Amino acid sequence: MTYDKPVPSIDPDSAPYWEGAMDGKLMIQRCNATGQAFLYSRQLVPGVVESQVEWIEASGRGTIYSYTVARRPAGPAFADDAPYVIVSVTLEEGARIMTNLVTDDPDSVAIGQAVEVVFDAVTDELTIPKFRLV
Amino acid sequence: MSRQPVIVGVADAPTHERGRALPGTHVLNMQRDCANAALAEAGLTMADVDGLAVAGMWGMPGPGAMQPNLLAEYLGIRLPKYLDGTNVGGSAFVLHAGHAYEMIKAGVCDTVLILYGSMQKSQSARSLGGRPALFSNQWDIVSGLPLPAGAYAMAANRHAHEYGSTRETLAEIAVSTRAWAGLNPAAAFRDPMSIDDVLAAPPIVDPLGRFDCCLVTDGGGAVIMTTEERAKDLRQKPIYMLGHGESASHVNINYMPDMARLEVAEASSQRAYAQAGRGSADMDMAMIYDSFTITVLLTLEALGICNIGEGKDFVKGQRTAPGGEFPLNTNGGGLSYCHPGMYGIFLLIEATRQLRGDAGARQVEGLTNAVCHGTGGVLSSGATVVLSNTKD
Repeated sequence: MTYDKPVPSIDPDSAPYWEGAMDGKLMIQRCNATGQAFLYSRQLVPGVVESQVEWIEASGRGTIYSYTVARRPAGPAFADDAPYVIVSVTLEEGARIMTNLVTDDPDSVAIGQAVEVVFDAVTDELTIPKFRLV
Repeated sequence: MSRQPVIVGVADAPTHERGRALPGTHVLNMQRDCANAALAEAGLTMADVDGLAVAGMWGMPGPGAMQPNLLAEYLGIRLPKYLDGTNVGGSAFVLHAGHAYEMIKAGVCDTVLILYGSMQKSQSARSLGGRPALFSNQWDIVSGLPLPAGAYAMAANRHAHEYGSTRETLAEIAVSTRAWAGLNPAAAFRDPMSIDDVLAAPPIVDPLGRFDCCLVTDGGGAVIMTTEERAKDLRQKPIYMLGHGESASHVNINYMPDMARLEVAEASSQRAYAQAGRGSADMDMAMIYDSFTITVLLTLEALGICNIGEGKDFVKGQRTAPGGEFPLNTNGGGLSYCHPGMYGIFLLIEATRQLRGDAGARQVEGLTNAVCHGTGGVLSSGATVVLSNTKD
């Protein structure tokens, strides 16, 4: 089966995230100087050089910071999924991650709900970390 | 010689058939016509222009990547002294006005043309679904977040969670803006609308429905700025720019530090008010970029027009509609007047007309100060200017 949704343009900054997902690990970054965990966003570590940032495996648990239910899809590739849920999750470690919430009941989703990661191997080369309600 | 920067000319492109450009229009002659109309009402010509600020999505990939060069060529502006092509989304033109203020005040140039045009409706060119999943967009694009609406929806849900705003709160904004559009002959959508109409509209991205989202139209506009001294010989009552500010924070909405607070607008407006020596309580009206209803709610709070979290009370009961306590988006906004992809220039045009007393049936009496705030991207960038019909 072909996967016709957008795939990430993986770069040196994001490669460990996507490679980790292939191994069933949710990888995030942490700043050695401040201890703050983050994902991609560099603004959380202003003035801290790249060498002080390390990758760590996150627990995969968190809570919903915000979400939306897409009643109209983001293009034809997502049409069969609508309505579907996009969430911004605050992980236990403090990083915020945006991905899909896997659910059959979009109307029951709410901010603050506890979620855990699941790994969706959409192709042989791409696994997308997603979340489900705990 | 007062180099106090003022606005002396404005124009917007005529449209018909709910926001379609007139026959024979393309993206360059639309901008030429807007520029000439704004110059003519001021009593200036293109030969007076020595600064040019433009942004847009047209002509790309290709010559549109260098729009200041292309428009200098097309319009025949000879050796301009100030060029600005800063594109931070739809807020860009408000930010350009701030840059123009500094260039004029410093004596780098005397007369700046701020310009925009778009044929997105006629060309069905609003294809944002093709954005590449690059950089921080690797996460939102891959997850199918409809952009830009889905990002604003996430902010709306967070604001509702923190401060108790509701779909009815957002609907108040759509309804009052439509009522203003009813007084503007140039508005694409003028029929009255009720709260129930907004709530019953097709859902797009929860909690936003169709009438929470801006229009897709053609359109263009021009703003001419010069010095107070030069304006003495010109045709229009000058509108003073007294302060400006700008800021930016993210590209993917996931990296907006607090989705329930528009911190870029807090920062930019505080700088603008401080420079102007006038505060939020002095503002008699506001022109706020209404890409979505939630954009307005967040911006009202960030500009200090009301307190953080109190926007739901501020807009309740049509307080911002014609005849209400606080005039807001008096042209009918991006929600009902026009939204040609980038809308920021229309904030400056309408505030200028209102402060001059040229706003026709929608004219608000007794205005002195107006605040304009543009938002770009997905609540990503912000630019504020404070305008007034007196500097005293």
